[in-house]
Amino acid sequence: MDLTHCPADEAFRAEARAWLAGHVPAHPLPSLETGEGFAAHRAWEAELAADRWSVVSWPEEYGGRGADVMRWLVFEEEYWAAGAPGRVSQNGLGLLAPTLFEHGTPEQRARVLPSMATGEVVWAQAWSEPEAGSDLAALRSRAVRADGGWLLSGQKTWSSRAAFADRAFGLFRSGPGAPKPHQGLLYVMFDLQDPGVTVRPIGRLDGRPAFAELFLDEVFVPDEDVIGEPGEGWRVAMSTAGSERGLTLRSPGRYLAAARRLHTLWRTLGSPEHVRDRVADALSGARAYQLSAYAHASRLLEGGTVGAEASMNKVFWSELDLVLHETALDLLGEEGQFADGAWSEGYVFALAGPIYAGANEVQRDIVAERLLGLPRGRR
Amino acid sequence: MRFLPTAEQRAFAASLDAMLTAAGTPSAVRSWAAGDHTAGRALWSRLADAGVFALAVPESCAGVGPLPVELAVAFVELGRHAVPGPLVETVLAAALLAGDPRRPDPAAELLSALASGRAMATVGAPYALDGDAADVVLALRDGEVWRAPGARDARPCLDRARRLTTPLPGGELLLPRTPPAALGWARLATAAQAIGVGAALLDRTVAHVGRRVQFGVPIGSFQAVKHRLADAKIALEFARPLLFGAALTMDAADVAAAKGAACEAAYSTARTALQLHGAIGYTAECDLSLWLTKARALRTAWGAPHECRAAVLAAALATDPPHH
Repeated sequence: MDLTHCPADEAFRAEARAWLAGHVPAHPLPSLETGEGFAAHRAWEAELAADRWSVVSWPEEYGGRGADVMRWLVFEEEYWAAGAPGRVSQNGLGLLAPTLFEHGTPEQRARVLPSMATGEVVWAQAWSEPEAGSDLAALRSRAVRADGGWLLSGQKTWSSRAAFADRAFGLFRSGPGAPKPHQGLLYVMFDLQDPGVTVRPIGRLDGRPAFAELFLDEVFVPDEDVIGEPGEGWRVAMSTAGSERGLTLRSPGRYLAAARRLHTLWRTLGSPEHVRDRVADALSGARAYQLSAYAHASRLLEGGTVGAEASMNKVFWSELDLVLHETALDLLGEEGQFADGAWSEGYVFALAGPIYAGANEVQRDIVAERLLGLPRGRR
Repeated sequence: MRFLPTAEQRAFAASLDAMLTAAGTPSAVRSWAAGDHTAGRALWSRLADAGVFALAVPESCAGVGPLPVELAVAFVELGRHAVPGPLVETVLAAALLAGDPRRPDPAAELLSALASGRAMATVGAPYALDGDAADVVLALRDGEVWRAPGARDARPCLDRARRLTTPLPGGELLLPRTPPAALGWARLATAAQAIGVGAALLDRTVAHVGRRVQFGVPIGSFQAVKHRLADAKIALEFARPLLFGAALTMDAADVAAAKGAACEAAYSTARTALQLHGAIGYTAECDLSLWLTKARALRTAWGAPHECRAAVLAAALATDPPHH
């Protein structure tokens, strides 16, 4: 048992740190959830990609550096410590890319991944529907067989990034009348610019269009944009959901950096007693997530898996993120009310954490049933 | 990096777990609480034979250590079985004596007795746990380490298997200065014990809610019940890496963070365990009480929550980037 990174990982850390020091914008980019900010974040992806820092965990042939999960954790620590911008391509990087590596064809990978790595194509996710949220398998949007492909129709919602993104991926019902709701589903990629797609941006709490409703009316997608076998979409998507809830969606580096910033803010404001406990707990919590991720990474590198444990991560980081930001706003007092404050947008973003990527109530059910072995019951 | 227990460390935990399961530890706890130390003493000898008390002691002083990771592994199991006695205090006494290379002869002899399990020690700062049972009573007085001539005023505690005593005045000065790193061993061992206490409380409660039927179904099928247990599981699972991270670095802030998180997780698990057991859990007769009361006691032993947080903040201060 040890906590020492190998020399190659430390050399990688030093290289990443040096590059970030020379490239991270001196001032924060405009909000990702605005047209101007989206373009600025897209340009940042291109800058990262130009020196092969946008997708370090991918194989070199797709623009990556072949970093294993431990080295990726190191990269993320450096990335967030350097104050680098949020990732506009997160949906694609965290959800679609792992699915393509596991279930995609070589042709799909060659076609989709390079433009994702540069930010030239930004991907939105299209999971939820008005009547299918936590109970995703209740989805009703249809895929009807057509010559050489499928016609997609229906309504998707809470599609993050869709207000400004180029393409989307999601699940559609291709086999109506299947005996179980998670059978007969199609995992497919489609173009948000298609004339059959209507994107209606939705303002989140602060009014910014962080997500959108999608209305699809007989949108044609060719067979080559289907991932995995038709009807097997649920299984394909669940491998994605697993990686979403695991380490790759929210790395510990993000919270270590935020906890340090919170501590600095607290000191700058004279170390007020009223939030002392919460600042200390934020530092410990971020360290706990970092160490837990090292343990998970060690297990993965030995060929092990991270299964339902990922649900514990989801609950932990989403609640840690909220506490971090709430504490910062409490510290800032009246100043914390301003929409352009250093912690404001992060706070609004953190509020969504316990809801997306599988609501925390569902995650707790998974922990209780799959890790503790408690009997299933009505939700 | 491989931040996982080795096969040997897992086997060590499993062997202690099996030994303590076979030994019927709950009845030893109950007799210890009643003032009969015989069964507890027998357990102590077996733990010593397994090498538990030699882990904090360097090989040069008749120990097998220092092996803080193995010590943490062992103390998780001691907590899981609610083993009675001044376990942490004996480790602390050994760490104190081992921490001063200029220790006088009596201290060196004592150290060897502690490592081998021949002697059970307690440490008063100011209270000494189980001073009525211990062979050796150390007292921390104004930065000095004394061997007191015994202890008095054993008072029952909320954890009935713990009796706090007061070291008798006088005695023999062993070390002119308290070795500063020694307290880290006490905190680490307490944190590990708390993780084990929490794990036992969680296991017992999961078993209970799976068996207990109300409204025609096991109460463990209710979300209100599941979610409390899921939160307990999450708190314990994220305290565990802090514990082993601290054991690897033995850094004061890491140890304090581990102690704070482990004891908080154990205590909140205790509250959940009590609530979900209902009235039966509130009785002294139910074995759950052995762990419930210990979770409370460990929280303030060798570093109350505010002291642990202060150590975490002090370390963050030292590594803070400069600001204006």
